[in-house]
Amino acid sequence: MSGVATMNLAVEPDRRAWVMQVMGLPVSVHLRGPEVHTDAVAQRVERVFAELREADAVFSTYRPDSVLGRLGGALPDPATAGPVVREVLALCELARTRTGGWFDARRLPLPRGGVGFDPSGLVKGWAVERAARHLADVPGHDLCLNAGGDVLLRAAPGRPAWRVGVEDPDHPERMLDVVERAHGAVATSGTARRGAHIVDPRDGRPTEAVRSVTVVGPELLWADVYATAAVARGADALDWLATLDGYAALLVDATGRVRATPNWPTHTCTG
Amino acid sequence: MRRITLWLLSTVAALVLLFSYKTSTMGPGGDTSAITSGSDGSAGSSWTATDDGSGTGSGSSGGSSGGSSSGSSGGSASGSGTATGSVAQTRWGPVQVKITVSGGKITDVIAVRVPDGNRRDQEINDYAVPILRQEALAAQSARIDTVSGATVTSDGYRESLQAAIDAAHLK
Repeated sequence: MSGVATMNLAVEPDRRAWVMQVMGLPVSVHLRGPEVHTDAVAQRVERVFAELREADAVFSTYRPDSVLGRLGGALPDPATAGPVVREVLALCELARTRTGGWFDARRLPLPRGGVGFDPSGLVKGWAVERAARHLADVPGHDLCLNAGGDVLLRAAPGRPAWRVGVEDPDHPERMLDVVERAHGAVATSGTARRGAHIVDPRDGRPTEAVRSVTVVGPELLWADVYATAAVARGADALDWLATLDGYAALLVDATGRVRATPNWPTHTCTG
Repeated sequence: MRRITLWLLSTVAALVLLFSYKTSTMGPGGDTSAITSGSDGSAGSSWTATDDGSGTGSGSSGGSSGGSSSGSSGGSASGSGTATGSVAQTRWGPVQVKITVSGGKITDVIAVRVPDGNRRDQEINDYAVPILRQEALAAQSARIDTVSGATVTSDGYRESLQAAIDAAHLK
């Protein structure tokens, strides 16, 4: 790190963004720091995208040629599956337990028809957290990675937190709130963008009682899983969300009412 | 300075977004897009269907979600080109946003059509500020770094606030 760069850092660090379509989603990586315009950093960002593409090649249920696509909705056999598939299988089981069955990847409507195993709701967070490790050891740099509306954040010591706008599901051009966070994740699930695509695991029907749920917490994988489970859960989801250790949530119900768990980081939302 | 630029961009994007939701029947005219290549290509319809909110047909999730994340498998996977959002009729005139893609990367996001007339800057500013205030956010709260929302699809991205924020830092 040169002296000049250090001085820039003291004023306001450079910021640079990269955007790529991966997993059918726009994924943007924003970095703040003195070396964002170097090739070394750009190559690390490329590795992040490359790893996300690899995860997609294994887990995409849209692609007939992926590992899961070839299984056509059948549960992978842990005895023969590769290590990453086994890891995701185990995480899906853990997610089912932690959500009281409201996140259940085993019987979901598949994009290419039928019902079967689809871990996509967990794989995105899992893959993003894994891929972000390629940027973990770039000292003095802050990361804000947004994968289709789910955000992973890191900031170096002494740096300002990232400011994450929480989209109003009924008016995507407006923000319901702004969350300031240096580390962790902000994930939102809901029916706003893709219609009622989250199903009630009890009867397989799309749930519509909740418009959107935003979860803030330490890990993207779990923030995303909890948000998805809460949408499936419906009207009483906020009480359940309030029991989650280390995670806070903001919920918009079908009538447009906005409520948050008591530990929600800001107070602009009063319902 | 960068902050100010970003804020302005965000504001304009917010307006463009706001307006574009009013149009529902514009086709994907001028879509030669790498952006939409990952989806089923039915840009206008899938975006509209899901965004009218509690939308009528959205219960049959197959249609809307099917188009949303099919990966970049089919078609021109990591191509180059431009994707133009639908024209939104506003009370100041038509507004349209175009995204430029090069080698799979989004390299530029610009408003290709903005309302005519000298008064537009004034009016846009007059209009934008109340929108932000309406949400009980302090003025400085509008300076956001990123947006968390229900899954943004490739189609939705080009008309999103996140696209504008990204565009401000691509260089």
